Amino acid sequence: MDRRDFLALSTFFTGVALTPSIFGKAIAAEQLQDAIDIAVKKRLADAALGAATAAGASYCDVRVGRYLRQFVITRERNVENIVNTESTGTGVRVIADGSWGFAATNEMTEDAVANAARQATAIAKANARIQTAPVQLAPTPGVGEVSWRTPIKKNAMDVPIADKVNLLLSVNDAALGAGASFVNSLLFLVNEQKYFASTDGSYIDQDVHRIWAPMTVTAVDKASGKFRVRQGLSDPRGMGYEYMTPKPADKVTLPGGAVVYGNSYDMVEDAVAAAKQAQAKLKARSVKPGKYDLMLDPSHLWLTIHESVGHPLELDRVLGYEANYAGTSFATLDKWKEKFQYGSDKVTIVADKTQPTSLGAVGYDDEGVKTQRWDLISKGKLVNYQVIRDQAHILGLTESQGCCYADSWSSVQFQRMANVSLEPGEAKLSPAEMIKDIENGIYIIGDGSFSIDQQRYNAQFGGQLFYEIKNGKVTDMIEDVAYQIRTPEFWNACVAVCDKSDYRMGGSFFDGKGQPGQVSAVSHGSSTARFNGINVINTARSLG
Amino acid sequence: MSILSEAQAKAILDKVIAFSTADNASAVLSGGIGGNVRFARNDISTSGIVDDVQLAVEVAFGKRVGTASINQFDDASLERVVRRAEDLAKLAPENPEYMPPVGKQTYTATETFSEATAALTAEARAKIAEASILPCRERGLIAAGFLEDGHTFFAHANSNGNFGYQRSTIADYTCTVRTEDGRGSGWVASNVKDVAELDAGTDIQIAMRKAAASVDAKALEPGKYTVILEPAAASGLISFMMNFFDARSADEGRSFLSKQGGGNKIGEQIMDPRVNIYTDPANPTVPAMPWDGDGLPRERTKIIDAGKVANLQYSRYWASKQGKPETAGWGNTIMEGGTKSTAELIASTERGILVTRTWYIRMVDPQTVLLTGLTRDGTFYIENGQLMYPIKNFRFNESPVIMLNNIDELGRSVRVEDGSMMVPPMKLRDFTFTSLSDAV
Repeated sequence: MDRRDFLALSTFFTGVALTPSIFGKAIAAEQLQDAIDIAVKKRLADAALGAATAAGASYCDVRVGRYLRQFVITRERNVENIVNTESTGTGVRVIADGSWGFAATNEMTEDAVANAARQATAIAKANARIQTAPVQLAPTPGVGEVSWRTPIKKNAMDVPIADKVNLLLSVNDAALGAGASFVNSLLFLVNEQKYFASTDGSYIDQDVHRIWAPMTVTAVDKASGKFRVRQGLSDPRGMGYEYMTPKPADKVTLPGGAVVYGNSYDMVEDAVAAAKQAQAKLKARSVKPGKYDLMLDPSHLWLTIHESVGHPLELDRVLGYEANYAGTSFATLDKWKEKFQYGSDKVTIVADKTQPTSLGAVGYDDEGVKTQRWDLISKGKLVNYQVIRDQAHILGLTESQGCCYADSWSSVQFQRMANVSLEPGEAKLSPAEMIKDIENGIYIIGDGSFSIDQQRYNAQFGGQLFYEIKNGKVTDMIEDVAYQIRTPEFWNACVAVCDKSDYRMGGSFFDGKGQPGQVSAVSHGSSTARFNGINVINTARSLG
Repeated sequence: MSILSEAQAKAILDKVIAFSTADNASAVLSGGIGGNVRFARNDISTSGIVDDVQLAVEVAFGKRVGTASINQFDDASLERVVRRAEDLAKLAPENPEYMPPVGKQTYTATETFSEATAALTAEARAKIAEASILPCRERGLIAAGFLEDGHTFFAHANSNGNFGYQRSTIADYTCTVRTEDGRGSGWVASNVKDVAELDAGTDIQIAMRKAAASVDAKALEPGKYTVILEPAAASGLISFMMNFFDARSADEGRSFLSKQGGGNKIGEQIMDPRVNIYTDPANPTVPAMPWDGDGLPRERTKIIDAGKVANLQYSRYWASKQGKPETAGWGNTIMEGGTKSTAELIASTERGILVTRTWYIRMVDPQTVLLTGLTRDGTFYIENGQLMYPIKNFRFNESPVIMLNNIDELGRSVRVEDGSMMVPPMKLRDFTFTSLSDAV
């Protein structure tokens, strides 16, 4: 899913179509603070576990979910919509006769969830007839009754609507005042209240919070017919509303003067910068195509990590489970066995489902496995993948790494990407120091267009801001830049990574995968990194 | 109670509207049962069924709007959801662009429903998976695919006396077949309203042939080539472009349909005169709901007429501001073509590239709708009317607007994508490939 789908929500009736919307139903504001009684959730879960077992399932897990979202959507001086949505229901997954089956219902009664459990079991049995390889689940200990909550400081759902409206309208005013032709700004808040129970003996209650404040600022030159857009430089985060209170320590001024943000976001300030930079983009010089040394800011590099490392190291892709949609992976098991040189020795990449303030942080995944952190690429060598319970045996692992996720009670859980991040360099190095010995380079800030093939070899990335680097200094803003890579060559061209003082996170609210399609939210951290000799194309065209 | 009859839906919606004390009220009641089966590595991987119903209510006091929803349908719950929406409306700031609900409309029903699809069972889904998997097992090939079917109803009503109800069904089948060594890959897709029209046993042969034939692909230099895009390959670019026919964006100067100096390009020649694109909810091949998101009745409307921009999409607000008539949002896109099949287009091609499918298409520059993406699952070199050999996949950087100015020939238009589009196979000159991909 991309931003267009999300923005379609601003039309009230749109999206109530063939499949149940993950965005759920709209509810009143006062309901955003409450939760389903845990005793009710346990009763529903036990009803499903009992019914599945009685129907012949050898394993069953139940997810009783309440998914809350709030959208505040503005453009220029108008609030286009304020939407509170809730989606509540129960998904039941079983193994019967060696096959998976799944059924979900929005009826929150013991009879309804027991019926869903029986349906799931019947589906599993219908499929078992042609199954050749029975499902093997890696063991995971039952943890009894436990709970986990995103360590937020200020629940965004508790913040009055008026405060959010005032913030966004002041953002829009700031952009328009700085010369923007148009501005769209949004607040997007998520609270997943997820209760998981399984026949392993786990009853896990989790309260997960996320926030995102995207913005699009447009500058139009009607005389020439040219327009340019600069997106906001915020990051979606696993945080509360505290992310929207700017702190000076979280503000970073980069070489050349662009400003980016860490653990808090000054949206008004960024709106002013966006308006000025969108206008500057109208006049910026078009890039000369060729080979450049690229200096990639974390606000940009997260997406390259996501596409060229996060996805190819998902074991379900490697094995072929995603072959019909997202694709497979070039990082095959034989490469893993031979410790394939994925990148240079500067490149160590970790998967981490526990990283504080990240989008992917939870206590337990959606099949009851305690989350953890592990290396994927160690000093350039491929050492591991991302795995769930029914895949662990394929790697000879005795337990899952806890990468299972479903975007709704009505979606079946499957392997999703952990937070995947580039480790900072060990030697002291700032972006200002990194730039000094780049003779012919481009500094890229913010994520833009992205596309990658179905085995994750050939990718093309744009960005928000491009600056030419000549002889160790940032010179001019340039435009029409996209770089094309072949994944292993790109990561082997990584010659330097800044130290941990430059480490920041970016991320996606809408990473799409699976059939039926599901989204997940995932963060990617890094410090600024340098890649030598990368192919840059010019994207300017004329429609005549 | 997932599928309500028209009378049941109307009874609920009438109560909801009657409970409202706001100036205006609209409600949508929709629900459905969705089933699916997914397979990979020649085995079924996941399969499920989802049952959901939603009632959404929007009310307005003046230009203050609130929305709320519920999934209980007793009288007390129906009244409660209306009061919640009213409470939110009283808290909301005025939206100067708010448009009150449409008046009573007359709709002509469209043929969106099939009994056979609505009656699909878990066993029947498993058989479709089996029809895909077994031939691959026999030939040493590996199938990964997906069947998703849905049976839904959609009902809406408002305080101006408008009401609509219709059921629809859809079944979407896709399958990728790969060789065991991973050096060949083929793909097939079929999207139907009536599952009786789905023949996985025949379709799978196409994907199997392409998988086997795409082993040992040769590398061609990136550059400009004559291409034949199969309908599924062309639709990826055309459907992306169709997202940018919004009149407001064009009038605001931020669209490829904005005119230099101001205004939009309605009436201007932007494509080859053989390009005709229209929308028609009653089209029997790709029927759409008879109303749009605002409840306006959809009508057959020209979008591109002989290469000229005939119409853009106006929201009700933008239409009123610009003094234009209110017209419904488009529910489908039909691009006219000729009479030839893809095979006949190949037969008349001296040199070119056949593209089965395009993948991971993203906007590079909205100014020109420059898109990037890749070919996938069956790319072949054509010489003297014959498929000569498989070639490695390419990345393209191309604008569909430029592409539709470089037409050699259009073939016969067919249903593609999610069943909301008809696109012909097309032979195009100077299609821009910018790099090679090693992906199979």
